[in-house]
Amino acid sequence: MAIRGVEIDIRGLAHRYTPKNPLTFEDVNIQASPGESLVIIGRSGCGKSTLLHIIAGLLDGYSGTLKLDKEDVKKPSSRWVMMFQAPHLFPWMTVEHNVGVGLHFAGWPKEKIRERVAETIHLVHMEEYARNNTQDLSGGQQQRVALARSLVMEPEILLLDEPFSALDAFTRAALQKDVRSISKKLGINLVMVTHDIDEAVLMADRTLVMAGSPGKIMHDLMVDLPDPRNREDQVVQDKRAHLMQIFQDAVNGALSGDSIAEKYDGAMSEANLAGIT
Amino acid sequence: MSNGDSNVITGGTLAEIEEKRSSARLKTFSKTLFNWAAGLLILFALWYLGGYLIERNPATTHFADFGPIQTLKAFPVLWEEQTIQNAIQSSGYRLSIGLGIAIACGIPIGILLGVSRTFRQLSNSPFQLLRMISPLSWEPIAVIVFVTWNQAIIFLLAIASVWPVAFATAAGLAKVDPAWFKVAKNLGAKPWHLLTQIILPAILFDILTGIRAALGVAWIVLVPAEFLGVTSGLGYSIADARETLSYDHLTAMVLVIGIIGYILDSSCALAIKRFGWHRGIDQR
Ligand SMILES: Nc1ncnc2c1ncn2[C@@H]1O[C@H](COP(=O)(O)OP(=O)(O)OP(=O)(O)O)[C@@H](O)[C@H]1O
Ligand SMILES: [Mg+2]
Repeated sequence: MAIRGVEIDIRGLAHRYTPKNPLTFEDVNIQASPGESLVIIGRSGCGKSTLLHIIAGLLDGYSGTLKLDKEDVKKPSSRWVMMFQAPHLFPWMTVEHNVGVGLHFAGWPKEKIRERVAETIHLVHMEEYARNNTQDLSGGQQQRVALARSLVMEPEILLLDEPFSALDAFTRAALQKDVRSISKKLGINLVMVTHDIDEAVLMADRTLVMAGSPGKIMHDLMVDLPDPRNREDQVVQDKRAHLMQIFQDAVNGALSGDSIAEKYDGAMSEANLAGIT
Repeated sequence: MSNGDSNVITGGTLAEIEEKRSSARLKTFSKTLFNWAAGLLILFALWYLGGYLIERNPATTHFADFGPIQTLKAFPVLWEEQTIQNAIQSSGYRLSIGLGIAIACGIPIGILLGVSRTFRQLSNSPFQLLRMISPLSWEPIAVIVFVTWNQAIIFLLAIASVWPVAFATAAGLAKVDPAWFKVAKNLGAKPWHLLTQIILPAILFDILTGIRAALGVAWIVLVPAEFLGVTSGLGYSIADARETLSYDHLTAMVLVIGIIGYILDSSCALAIKRFGWHRGIDQR
């Protein structure tokens, strides 16, 4: 089990979309060792997707430091590939072509692309559909192809933004298992965002709880459970209950923070009114 | 093709369903074919009737050559004389150059319209204004500007057909899912890849639809444009037949125009079906 993943070192990261927008999140610190799986959970709107886009190099305008493998991240790279909530396959390409498209961008020779694509399609159990039109696949199958399209680049970090939230429970469970086992087999880092506490416990080595507005990382919980993990296992259930408690506390803590912000807003509008009159 | 005819097929084993389906497909196909032939036959019958009435009426009897029988008899003569072949060749040459220019200019203009808001705003009024000018009204100006009539006609065809291509390209671009760019960049696509691997295939359907519309416009403009100045082409042969009072030749050439236009348009439709990735309901 070779470790291909890299060190993640994020310090004091803050982000704002435009000067007019409030901070999306602030003071985000994440350190992870090569091959570690991080799962970030948090309420809608606390900036999880934004954070992931920044790590992937798809979004700039942040302050603080973001180092992957000791290098500053400035632009997208096939070393850290992101997989999105929707598969976003290219409908004019077959499954094979979708999977191979990144290698094609990288200028690989056709023969080697074919070899690598076949291996990767095998990894996600989609051999049967290699030549199919992607529009004929089910949602879960499409997401498998999207996974293969990311994995084919042999990334060191796989960033996943709620990748299974649109899938039914059975497909989701199968993919959760597969993605975790593939990432462990390849020794890559996962950084995954989810709303689903179960998913966090099933897939994480560590879970980060993000809450508040602007978002902050409120808690960092080790999930040191043996593999394979099953939803029904007592240890998994216990961990889940623990995480749920932490999550609720974090959200409540953030809410009291919100009320302070509201007071502040109120004072601001009073000041504005005073200015007008 | 025809969603109205498709029945819900249920019951029986899968093999039986497949059999029912293929027989239903055959039925739909033969019905389509029958209607296609019947439509043409009706057109021919009406033409025959018109020709017959014209021939019967003493006041119009010298126009009897417009009738279908006389016209069909004129075909072998025109083919023997190479009139049809030559006309198609000259007109085809003008059409392909004019359309080629329109496509070569229209696609980049459309892409620019699609990606640059400034260009879109800047060009909106001028383009809408230019688009509404009947292509043939450029003819006097074109004749002055260009050295040969041939060039002037090609210009008319190009200016008539550039708009459908440009606007269809822009409309296609507006529908492109921005996530595709994000995914492609994420996988290491360079700007060149974005253009050739993402944008162009994504909007190929719209471009082809635009080209089909452009072809329709160009084909309509072509014939009147050839009435003047040149001594070759489909438009010229019609004008020539009129001057020599050979109405059978005239109608035959009109028929040639219709048939070729029909073939060109159908080929475009086939290409759209072949290269477009958009799924129709019947293909699911
Ligand atoms: N392009 C944008 N411009 C301005 N504000 C944005 C933009 N995208 C997101 N935001 C804002 O930034 C905040 C964080 O958004 P983000 O999508 O990162 O949240 P999230 O935690 O991923 O939420 P969810 O769980 O619903 O996906 C939200 O308040 C959102 O309104
Ligand atoms: Mg999100």
